[in-house]
Order: sequence, then structure tokens, then C-alpha cells
Amino acid sequence: MAMPEEWKQQTEDGTYVIRTCAWSPPGDHPVGCGVLLTVKDGKLVGVEGDEDHPITQGRLCPRCLDLIEYTYHPDRIIYPMKRDPKDRGKDAWEQITWDEAYDLIESKVLEMKANYGAESIVVFGGTGREACLYYYPLGFATLQTPNVCYSQSGWSCYGPRCSITDYILGAGYPEIDYAGYFEERFDHPEFVVPKYIVNWGKAPLESNGDGLFGHVFIDLMKLGTKIINIDPRITWLGCREGNMTLQLKPGSDTALALGILNVLINDDLYDHEFVENFCYGFDELTERVQQYSPERVEELTWVPKEQIIEVAHILGENHPCSIAWGLAVDQNPNGVQLGQAIISIAALTNMIDVPGGLTCGPPEAMLGAWRMEARSWLPQELWEKRIGAAEWPGLSTAMATTQPDETLEALETGKPYPIKMAWFNSSNLISPTNSAQPHRWYAALKKMEFSVVQDLFMTPTAMGLADVFLPLPTFAEHEGVVLPHYGRNTVFVGAMNKALTVGDTRSDIQVCHELGHRLNPDAWPHYEDMPAFFGDQLQAEFGFGFDGLRERGLLQPGYTYQKYRKGLMRWDGEPGFNTVTGRVELYSTLFEAWGEDPLPYYEEPRYSQISQPEWADEYPLMLTTGARKFTSFHSEHRQLKTMREIDPWPTVEFNPATAKAYGVKEGDWVCIENMFGMARGVAEFAPTIDPRVIHMTHGWWYPEQDGEEPNLFGVWKSNVNSLIPHFETGILGFGGPFKSIMCKAYKVDGIDGDVNFTTRAANNFKGAELKSRSRMQD
Amino acid sequence: MSNTEYGLLIDYKYCSGCHACEVACKQYLGLPEGLWGIKVFEKGPWKTEGAATATAEWEWEYVPVPTGLCNLCEDRVADGKKPMCVKHCLAFCMDYGPIEELSQKMLEKGAKVALYKPL
Repeated sequence: MAMPEEWKQQTEDGTYVIRTCAWSPPGDHPVGCGVLLTVKDGKLVGVEGDEDHPITQGRLCPRCLDLIEYTYHPDRIIYPMKRDPKDRGKDAWEQITWDEAYDLIESKVLEMKANYGAESIVVFGGTGREACLYYYPLGFATLQTPNVCYSQSGWSCYGPRCSITDYILGAGYPEIDYAGYFEERFDHPEFVVPKYIVNWGKAPLESNGDGLFGHVFIDLMKLGTKIINIDPRITWLGCREGNMTLQLKPGSDTALALGILNVLINDDLYDHEFVENFCYGFDELTERVQQYSPERVEELTWVPKEQIIEVAHILGENHPCSIAWGLAVDQNPNGVQLGQAIISIAALTNMIDVPGGLTCGPPEAMLGAWRMEARSWLPQELWEKRIGAAEWPGLSTAMATTQPDETLEALETGKPYPIKMAWFNSSNLISPTNSAQPHRWYAALKKMEFSVVQDLFMTPTAMGLADVFLPLPTFAEHEGVVLPHYGRNTVFVGAMNKALTVGDTRSDIQVCHELGHRLNPDAWPHYEDMPAFFGDQLQAEFGFGFDGLRERGLLQPGYTYQKYRKGLMRWDGEPGFNTVTGRVELYSTLFEAWGEDPLPYYEEPRYSQISQPEWADEYPLMLTTGARKFTSFHSEHRQLKTMREIDPWPTVEFNPATAKAYGVKEGDWVCIENMFGMARGVAEFAPTIDPRVIHMTHGWWYPEQDGEEPNLFGVWKSNVNSLIPHFETGILGFGGPFKSIMCKAYKVDGIDGDVNFTTRAANNFKGAELKSRSRMQD
Repeated sequence: MSNTEYGLLIDYKYCSGCHACEVACKQYLGLPEGLWGIKVFEKGPWKTEGAATATAEWEWEYVPVPTGLCNLCEDRVADGKKPMCVKHCLAFCMDYGPIEELSQKMLEKGAKVALYKPL
């Protein structure tokens, strides 16, 4: 049912209720949840869900529901500020105007360009937030640098999955079909309820990854869908009646995928028609998977061979099925192979572009394409200076960014050229989020001559590193457009409406424009306001402007299945896929060209008891990290009392038997440690985790602590990313071992210890000489 | 019919423990730290091996329970709106209505369903 035209309603007592699609800030992915904002005398007084939204239908999670606390939090920064670079790390900020901020930034940018070249400027983007659309044009078209960097080692977040898909499927991100493209949703005559969904290394209910409203899993379960969870932890979702969990060893996922392929092929469970007409390299894949018998895979993954065989039979004998692949695919040096194997499973079982299977479309659309096309503002020779692009073509062909590990190397060494200015757009990279060895990033970024941060609260990154703080508005305070999957699989385009103003903040796109008028006016035509800018984009695509979108609330474009049969995927209009061979590449011609094995293979996690036997006694546990919570988005929401009341501390999850062996009781503070770093959290018991594995939450720092250096809001105390090594990636430059690394654990007295974390961490104790970047498995 | 004849029906086999009901209620009633109008409790996880009536390997449910501070959103329902918890529940597992009606619905929902009469 279409949403009502009236998006802003005034009630008798002068209050307004404004309908909007939520995105960020505060952070979350572009789910575009339907929200009704009640404003009285310019103040936000009510937040509730919008029942007319076709997907969220009135539902909201704690993060949106706590918006009022966020909006008026006393620590929120609502005016621009500057600080003398010699006072970095000190709470010595001074409020300035936007003109003063822009004047200062403009002069610094021109100075950088004159003295060092535009390439000396690096824009660091975070993840998930609306900034994902805008940090690219900020870098390419406003600042005109080729260096836009997503700092997580191995680009280990969404980018690898998108790149693999681009290379072997020629499409944008494949997502489970939940009838999101249709107004009638599940009632659409073409939609079919998936019989099984494989939920691989993903926590959709909490994470709503990249715009997927995670609770559609429950909507589908009520219609009969069963979930096959692949996770080292048995989760609530994984043990619902009718669901199952393959509880594997952290980091062994690719072996499991190859084992499933082995059974699908050897037991003749695959779709012959799809394979013969639309796949390339089936014979070669058949030969490769003979190395991965269920018996061998059981040994490698801890998953009983009966389960491997059972799952292959389920997927081969039931149609349609679907696969939701999560962050665990990216956060793995063997992740490119995992992604390739998963797409191969989807191909062999005819999931691709079928009702109830996987939806997919072009790699980039709408604003998703516009943000990348902004690089046409760079002369070719400047574009070629992009850090790590030439050395890592498997990354730089699909991603418009630098290679992140090479970027740290460049910051530390000054080679191939010095970096002098950093711009952090919605990134808190020294917190345990989007970096490995964050203390190394911190030390290197301290050397910048000038740094800018865009955010809403003083983060450790801003306190430690920035000279100018540009405050962002919440989603309720600016206009925008919401695109699930940023244009890569976009079930709707949603209108984000401004409901109120707080202080003097500017949205990401406003800063792009306003600074752009000063630095590169040709790229930034003048618009009366941002709705006018969005209006032009929308007009070109849909034939209506921003008001048209507001009235619709959102636009679901409908969906055409089996586009590959209809000539709707290839550039030449022929049937097939938009890849080098025109088929789904089970054998990747591009991987081969880049020196990578064209077929998937298993590589043991580089720091496990198997691969590092001399460390096995010292570090007997396998650590996985980053399972999502309902009460935060990465390092955000830490200052909100309502969220901290539910999840007050980072947790380290133990099997009770393991905890007992270490003398750890539930609620004790523990320290986890390996050759690369250490972190402290509170012990939580879970019989649902394998006794050989522990899990720690990510994103923790403490706004209630002293913010000045050296403490920086306690950012080093629970910094689980310090246990993850730098530059341990796959051959294409993707995938860091964030979810599979060896460690030990022991009880401590509390969050603080007698160890100076900063010093020990900075010395990179014990592990400094360990060789990195091992090569392809023989 | 007064609100004392109304209740909350919670199909808790689908409750994912998301805390949306807790936060929505807290915001609406303006409750401080330490107080809730509805609170989610965790039952399990524990293995059910050997239990005669077990339907799954693990027993693990989240169970929301209205507290003494719940007034069944009397102002909202008077306006034809849903209680805050019911509306925002991400799993769509909560319902509000007359107890008689809800007890009929309860019989159609299978196992692991709770009916509360807070007032």
C-alpha cells in the first residue's frame, strides 16, 4: 500500500509530526526505517515508528527510539571548533563559525597542494553512515585528492563482497529476496518464500547489514523459512525450532564452503541447466573440490561430516533457497575464496536472481554511481597516485579507495610520498572499529600537519588527532536520500526530511558543496538548498524531484527476476552475466590475471594453534570478535545512559567449562592477550560457544572517562583490534583476520591494570618480528 | 470496558531480545535509569538433552514482562493507537486487546505464548 502524500502534519496545539526515512547520524546502515518525529516549539519531543512504511511497518530498534537522548545530550558538539595543533590530545577547543572553519581549511588545503601536492591529503571514511555516499566526492571533487581511504586492514567490511561479486557475477551486492522491491511485499504474485536461508557469518537481527532490515528473517520464519546458521557461536536465531547451526572453527569457513560444493557436485545435486548455460569453469571447480571431502573438512572446521552432507542435500533438493553472507566473509584473509565459493554454491543451486533466492542488479546505481563518478574531477596522472592502487589491482579495480594497509605504510614511512593532511569523515578509527593495530595508526596520524574531523561527539580520534571539528546533524536535522545498499541493491529510495534544527551543523553533502564552491567550483553548481540538489538526481532517474519523493515517502522500483535470461545484465544486451566470460565465473579469469588462484582454496588461519604450533601453548584459544548488539552501532551510542543500562561494558564470552579452567566467574574482568596486543572486558558465560573459542565485542571506549591524552576516553583499555595484526591479507589485498586469531585469557582485578597500555601497545610487544603476508597455499 | 479487562499477548517464541519494547516504553513514560514499564528476561540457553517434551536442542527464550509501571498506554489506546511496546516490537510478537479476544488468539499461536493482565 502506498504511503500517504502528507509527510508533515500540524496538530491543533502547534506541534508537527514529520514522517521520514531514518539513516544517520546516529550511525546505522541505510535501512531507512519509517519514523514519525514529533516537534513542538522547535524541540524534538516524540519518536515513533511509521506503520505505513512497507518494510519496517511501524517497528523501530532501541537506537532510533533513543534519538531524543542523543539529540540533546550535553556532550553533543553543535558548533564548529578549532584547536592549536600543538594542543592535540588536550581539551583545548575553541568555538568558531563555519566561515572561519572553511577559511582555515581552504588555506590549509591550498598550502598542502602547493607544498606537497593534493595527494598528500587523505580522506578517511567510516562505515554504514550516510557519509559512505559523500566521503568519495568530498575527496575526489571537493578536495581533489586521489586518496580516499577506508582504513580497516584488508578493507574488511562489505567492500570485498562487493568486489568479488563485481568480478565473478558482474553485479551489485546479492541480497536475500524479502520482497523488498515490491509495494505488496510478500503478497506480490511473483514472490516465493525461501525454504531455507543460509545465514553465513552474520548477525542480521542486530546489525541490519548495509540496509537489510534484519527482522525480515523473523517475518520469513513465520511464513515457513528455516535458517541454517554458520557461526562459531550458536545464537538465539540459530537454535530456533527447525533452524540449525554449523558451529565451525573461526576462520575455517572456506573449507566448509568447499566441502558443501564437494557434496553438491559429487552427489549430483546441482542445477545442470544453470551450470551448462550460465557458468564458466565447472569442470575445473569439480576437480578442485575433490580435495575437500566431508571427512577432511570435518577435521579442518570441527563441523561433523553428517551436517556438511545434510546441508548440501538441503540446498540441492529444496528450491528456492537463499544465502545471507555477512561480515565474516570480509574479515578473513581467505575471504575472497570464501565469497567465491559462496557465490558458486548459489550458482549451482540456482539461487541467483530467482524469486525467494538472491536479488541482484548493476554494481552501482543512482547516488551510488554519482559518488564514484566524482573521480572524473581528478586528472589521470593524479588519479594514478592513489596509494596501493597499482600494487593491488584486485582491490583497486572495484574499489575507488586506497589499499588501507599500504596507507598505514605510507603514513609511517613517507613513501611513496609524504601524507600531510587527514580528514576523518564519520570515522573513529583509533577505537576498536575500522583499523588493525590502532595505536600504530594513532602514532602515524599524529604527524599530520593538519587534520579535520566530522562527527557529533568528541571521540578518542577527534580528541587525539584533530585540529578542526565540524559538527554533523542527526538524520532528523537534515534532508537526504536513503539508499539501502548505497545503490548496489536498492529496494527503495527514501526521503529523509528535516524536522528540527540544533545548533549550527552541516550535513556531509552540504560540506561537500560549500567547501567545494571555494576549492573546485566547477564540480559544484550552486543549489538553493540540498533538496534542490537531490531533486536533480531524482529527476534524471525517476522523473520527479525531492518534493515528489517526500510525498511518496519512498519509492520501491519493482523488480525483474531472471534478468540474465532476458539480456538485462550484460552491457551488450545479450543473455548472461556482465563478466569477462559472460557467465558466472566459478573459475575467475580476473583472479588469474592478478596472480591469484582462479579457483577457491582453503588457507588455515595464519595465527591459529595449527599454523603457529610454537605459540599454541601460550595462546590456546581462538578469538572471534565483533558480534553485534542492539544498543550500539560500532563505537557509537557509548554516551547514552539508556543504551549503557542494557549493555554497560564490553563482554568476553566464555564457554562455562573454559572459564572454570581459568578461575573466571561471570562478571569478572578479564584480559585477553596475544602476540599483537591486549584488551579488557567483562566475562559472560555462554554454553553456546565452543570451549576452544572466546568472543569479545568491538567498538568500546568510555566517554565518561578522562578524554585527554594519554587516556583518550579509555580507548586503549578494551581495544580488541590491537590483537589483530597489520597487513595479514589475502593475495588481492582483501581480508584481515579480525574474526579468527589465537589468544589467551586471564582474570584481572578490573578495567585498569598495572600495565601502561599505551607504552606496551606502542612497543608492539612480542609479535613485532612475526612475518606477515604469507602467500598462496600450495 | 476499562483497561483492567485488557491485556498484552506476547508470542515469545519470536522475541529476539532486541529491547525495543523496553526503550520505547521508557521513553514514552519518561522513566529514569533503573525503572522499566516492561522488561525482557532471558530464559536459558541450556541444553535440553533427555527432556521428554523438548522440541529443540536448546532452550533459549527472551520473555518480556510488563511491570507495575505499565498502564497499557491508556492515553495512546484512547486515541486509537497501539501501546508503545506492541507497535515497535521488531519481531511483531506482541498484541493488545480485550483479554477474551487475546485468549482466543493465544490458542491459535502454538507454544510459548504469554498473556498478561497488568492492571
